[in-house]
Amino acid sequence: MLRANLILILFVVASALGTVTSNYRARRLFTALEQAQVRMHSLDVEWGQLQLEQSTWAAPARVEKIARDQLHMKQPAADQVITVEDAK
Amino acid sequence: MKFANSPLLSQRLPSWRSRLLLLCILAGFAVLAGWSIYLQGFNSAFLQEKGAQRYSRVIELPATRGRILDRNGQVLAVSTPVKSIWAIPEDAKLQPAQVNQLAKLLEMEPREVDRKLADSHDFVYLKRQIPPDVAARILALDLPGIHDQTEYRRYYPTGDVTAHILGFTGAGDVGLEGVELAYQSVLAGKSGSRRVIKDRRGDVVEDVDSIRPPRDGKDVVLALDDRIQYLAYANLRRAVIDNKAKAGSIVVLDARTGEVLALANMPTYNPNNRTRLTGAQLRNRALTDTFEPGSTMKPFTIALALDKGKFRFDSRIQTAPGWFTIGTATIHDSEPHGILTVAQVIQKSSNIGAAKIALTLPPEEMWHNFERLGFGHPLNLGFPGEVGGRVRPYQHWRPIEQATMAYGNGISVTLMQLAHAYLVFARNGDLIPLSLTKLDSPPLFGKQIFTEQTAHEVRAMLEMVEEPGGTAPKARVAGYLVAGKTGTAHKVEGGIYVNRYVASYVGFAPATDPRLVIAVMINEPSAGSYYGGDVAAPVFAKVMAGSLRDLGVAPDEPPQSLQALGQNAPAVKEGT
Repeated sequence: MLRANLILILFVVASALGTVTSNYRARRLFTALEQAQVRMHSLDVEWGQLQLEQSTWAAPARVEKIARDQLHMKQPAADQVITVEDAK
Repeated sequence: MKFANSPLLSQRLPSWRSRLLLLCILAGFAVLAGWSIYLQGFNSAFLQEKGAQRYSRVIELPATRGRILDRNGQVLAVSTPVKSIWAIPEDAKLQPAQVNQLAKLLEMEPREVDRKLADSHDFVYLKRQIPPDVAARILALDLPGIHDQTEYRRYYPTGDVTAHILGFTGAGDVGLEGVELAYQSVLAGKSGSRRVIKDRRGDVVEDVDSIRPPRDGKDVVLALDDRIQYLAYANLRRAVIDNKAKAGSIVVLDARTGEVLALANMPTYNPNNRTRLTGAQLRNRALTDTFEPGSTMKPFTIALALDKGKFRFDSRIQTAPGWFTIGTATIHDSEPHGILTVAQVIQKSSNIGAAKIALTLPPEEMWHNFERLGFGHPLNLGFPGEVGGRVRPYQHWRPIEQATMAYGNGISVTLMQLAHAYLVFARNGDLIPLSLTKLDSPPLFGKQIFTEQTAHEVRAMLEMVEEPGGTAPKARVAGYLVAGKTGTAHKVEGGIYVNRYVASYVGFAPATDPRLVIAVMINEPSAGSYYGGDVAAPVFAKVMAGSLRDLGVAPDEPPQSLQALGQNAPAVKEGT
């Protein structure tokens, strides 16, 4: 009788400790998830800003100005253009 | 001595003492029970709320507004968080050196910062919407009473180039103009919220119930092509400035799909900096302003006459001696032409020829023709302030009115309607609806307006306009066959025609297999010539040349005619 009780008490203590650990781990994981979501959001924001920056640098007005003024490029005249047919 | 032998045990106590003790204990239990009933029964809601307040929080989950992209995925509008710096002046007791530091980062005068801090006791914005990295540096100064707040701001990297088509948003990221307004319900996000348990350090420990996930706004992919848009805008701007014009508009349509590839107006504005905006800058003229189109309307009436079998491509019409009287009114050509074929009426833009053709048609058919082409009612693209122009009911047409309507007087249209209607000639006589957004499956066939044969005949006439002897040799594009029509109309002010003009040109290319329809309108050119062929046609040619090159459309002009470009051939003055 006494032995059975002792074993049961052992089980109870073990399961109680198990509950505490798993709860602790659940909270740790939740915090990690939380941080990952915050990071996702900030990366999202950064992506938007990079897109904005790319669009600004690649604006046709800016590209044309650099091509003309700095690189001294110009459009070819019609007689300088050779059309190549698609060889399908 | 053993406990059992204790003499105290044999001594009897008075029985009331034990009863009194029992009673006291019972009373104590009764009080406890009563208190717990009071707490858990009557007061529990209040107490639970107070308890929850100590550990759970509701967090607002902001949703971002959708982006606007062009057809190639270029970003045209995007919302990004910015910081606003605000202060509690009572707490912000700053040393002059600190104020200087702060003012420098905010790009403000130190005096201005001091003035703002003196303005109010408890709350004042020092500067709104500054870049997040600047805000981080300000907070790193660790000044007392200075705080930041996250807000969303809409940026338009293409600025004034796309101002009218995109529009802009106002406070709270709500669309006020253009696509931002037309697609508000798609673009707008819906913020969510969640209830969480926070620990002592303020970290979220656990989600409690009632999570409302935020719904981010959806992206809108426009039909717009940002390179063509830039070409259209830059050339329109140059033309408006060079011709000292009051305003101008340009529209580029894809003839195969009905998509709007570009739309620009002058004057315009920078949507990223909207201080000092005037109504004139804001007007999306291509959609909200109507004008009397003039000769660009001629092909529609002539196509109807061809369709009804009243005339043939080569039927002859007497336009001498250069004037023609209907009732009490007389109409003129800018120069007398003598006998013209129907094709030459278009090529030389003869008002008398067009009027004589129109008078053979019943008014009802002509009116019905305009209706079917979309004149007289708005296009319903969803833009604010879109108008439909005016086509008066045919029951009240007098013959002179019917005649003048054939060459675009007494009728008003928007530039977008005009470009749309020209799709019938760029296609095979059918009309498809316009689309602002990129289409995955564009309509293959539209409503048939004219027969295929008529459409092709009119297209051939419109090609003659760009040949030497036509009104618009300046609309030619090297390497491609171009078809189009000029328009030069007197403006109407207070019901009277005045000597100010609207120059326009609508055309398409390559004529053998049209890809693009471009319509240009220049309002009140006043630097010399005011003819559509001189003012609007060159804009068309430049935009068309650049766009066809960008799209990689193969040239369709026979090579031998490349040398014979009629750029310097004398243009025929059209009837105004």
